[in-house]
Amino acid sequence: MDLDFTEEHRAVRGMVREYAKDRIAPNAEQWDADHHFPTEVVREMGELGLFGITADEEWGGAGADFTSLCIAIEEIARVDQSMAITLEAGVGLGINPIHEFGSDAQKAEWLPDLVAGRALAGFGLTEPGAGSDAGATATKAVLDGDEWVINGSKAFITNSGTEMTSLVTITARTGPDEISTILVPAGTDGFIVEPAYRKMGWRASDTHGLTFDDARVPKANLLGEQGKGFHQFLSTLDDGRVAIAAMAVGVLQSCLDESVEYANDRYAFGRPIGSNQAIAFKCADIEVMTHAARLLTYKAAWLKDMGRPFKQEAAIAKLYATESAVTATRDATQIFGGAGFMDETLVARHYRDAKVLEIGEGTSEIQRLVISRGLGLPLR
Amino acid sequence: MNIAVCVKQIPDPATPYDLDDDNHWVVRPNDQVLDDTDRVGVEVGLQLAEATEGTVTLVSMSPSGSLQGIRQALAMGADKAVIIDDDTLKGSDALTTARILSAAIDREEFDVVVAGGESTDGYTGVVPQMMSEMLDVPCLSFARKVDVDDGIVTIERQTASGYEVVTSKLPALLAVTAGIVEPRYPTFKGIMQAKSKPVETLTASDLGVEPDVGQRVTEVADVASREAGDIVEDDGEAYLKIVELLEQTKVI
Ligand SMILES: Cc1cc2nc3c(=O)[nH]c(=O)nc-3n(C[C@H](O)[C@H](O)[C@H](O)COP(=O)(O)OP(=O)(O)OC[C@H]3O[C@@H](n4cnc5c(N)ncnc54)[C@H](O)[C@@H]3O)c2cc1C
Repeated sequence: MDLDFTEEHRAVRGMVREYAKDRIAPNAEQWDADHHFPTEVVREMGELGLFGITADEEWGGAGADFTSLCIAIEEIARVDQSMAITLEAGVGLGINPIHEFGSDAQKAEWLPDLVAGRALAGFGLTEPGAGSDAGATATKAVLDGDEWVINGSKAFITNSGTEMTSLVTITARTGPDEISTILVPAGTDGFIVEPAYRKMGWRASDTHGLTFDDARVPKANLLGEQGKGFHQFLSTLDDGRVAIAAMAVGVLQSCLDESVEYANDRYAFGRPIGSNQAIAFKCADIEVMTHAARLLTYKAAWLKDMGRPFKQEAAIAKLYATESAVTATRDATQIFGGAGFMDETLVARHYRDAKVLEIGEGTSEIQRLVISRGLGLPLR
Repeated sequence: MNIAVCVKQIPDPATPYDLDDDNHWVVRPNDQVLDDTDRVGVEVGLQLAEATEGTVTLVSMSPSGSLQGIRQALAMGADKAVIIDDDTLKGSDALTTARILSAAIDREEFDVVVAGGESTDGYTGVVPQMMSEMLDVPCLSFARKVDVDDGIVTIERQTASGYEVVTSKLPALLAVTAGIVEPRYPTFKGIMQAKSKPVETLTASDLGVEPDVGQRVTEVADVASREAGDIVEDDGEAYLKIVELLEQTKVI
């Protein structure tokens, strides 16, 4: 048994940590306050190769393992969840579906820019009437000669409206019992990107509702097989869950570091607040959660890298790590007292940002559902 | 252009390191890191290489260990590395270090040798000058900005009050200083490629240098802890007192 990261893994961690500390951390509070998506920094992350970690070399990627990507996401999440989710969604939802199911022509058209981080793609699954129940998708695509005519709407779509967004991949009903996946280039007539949401957290991440009003795209924009959209989407879901768990690990580690430092430095009643068991034990609990979440997350990532099944492990890691992250941000905020409620305090931003970790890419309830089914329970 | 960049692997400054009891030498862990000041040297080397389609060879005297620090520099973009790893060189002084590095560099034609001003773990700050003497090339020290054009190198030499412009014919040795050149981050691909770049490992005898540590550390003492400063209570006129104190210490 070997629980060590490789030398490359450690080098990636070092590189991303340093970059995040220098270029993201000092600005994250301002971006959050302004709801500002920092295009130039995302492009820089692209230049460092972060969007291309797992993509094939043929498309400009490094062809490296999924664990490396998780490490990069974890390190960015320590200082800013908005940039971490931008990377996570850019790869998991933007690049992966095309990389996995695209035709050679589709790959050649879209992947080089996406992999280099010169462009971003979104993935539109969720709708106003279909979230956890993705099968309830109502958006329709009808063939008219050589074109799909798309009508409907999508909700909460990450990376869908930035100035570097080149396309959005959407799921749409192409028959009564049939959901397919279609590539919709940015700027397509009838493809309307609604104004960005005002969000409780992840404020520097780009999220929009999308409307399709007779939007026409070439027939060749079908991704993969017609009618396999739902299946395709399910098969990329497990990666996303592990990547979100990696974000949660970064948040946990950050809460731990911040809390221990503050508990040592902050004095009340003439002694450090960390000399009170009530505070010290909160730190101890965060330490335990951080270790457990990290082990679960990298075990799942390792299974994927080994080409072994990891559905159950992905759901377990996502559930435990994200719920722990929410607990830890709440506790860290408590340790910081009044300062913990101020925008300028990192754990305050983490507290607002962490909640959605329990919602996106499958809610906690859906993870429990998956895990229960994995146990063979007759859950409906 | 052929560019040699001297780099040093040092114990990670984030984790305090020990001195061994017998010789007072730094106990070097297996996974040392690239000396931060050397990142500037690597960056200068890479910029010169990019401007001239040249190659960058790293030269380092250190126990090779995990090579983590050398790989950091290779990941930034250096082409290859030469490591002089020899137990008999443990605890070497600056002169021996300069001899070894010069001998390693002198095996091939070079146009520019780049070195950091001084290492973060040793702080002798004389190795570059010694090397320039041994290699018989001019030494341009405190270089904060470097340009090469048509066989002439021009640097801005940092001084206490500003900078001087110094030029020299090539080949030459540059001792660079931080300030203007921003070391690049390694890219993800750079990290992946670093492992397959050539690393040559040599001993002192391969270079025909008689190992001679050259120094003995007889005693090590803690730095005297700083005394508490003077506290000037502000009664509205504290600034006068502070100005007086600054004048006394000749700061102003
Ligand atoms: C910031 C942000 C970014 C997002 N980015 C994207 C994106 O890029 N692409 C995309 O497609 N979507 C995205 N989403 C949408 C996200 O994936 C959904 O919000 C999520 O899947 C939940 O769906 P819903 O909001 O419709 O909630 P619902 O499905 O309506 O769920 C409401 C509540 O009911 C619970 N529930 C539902 N069904 C069950 C059940 N069977 N058993 C028990 N409990 C149940 C849920 O767990 C939840 O607590 C994003 C969301 C946010 C907030």
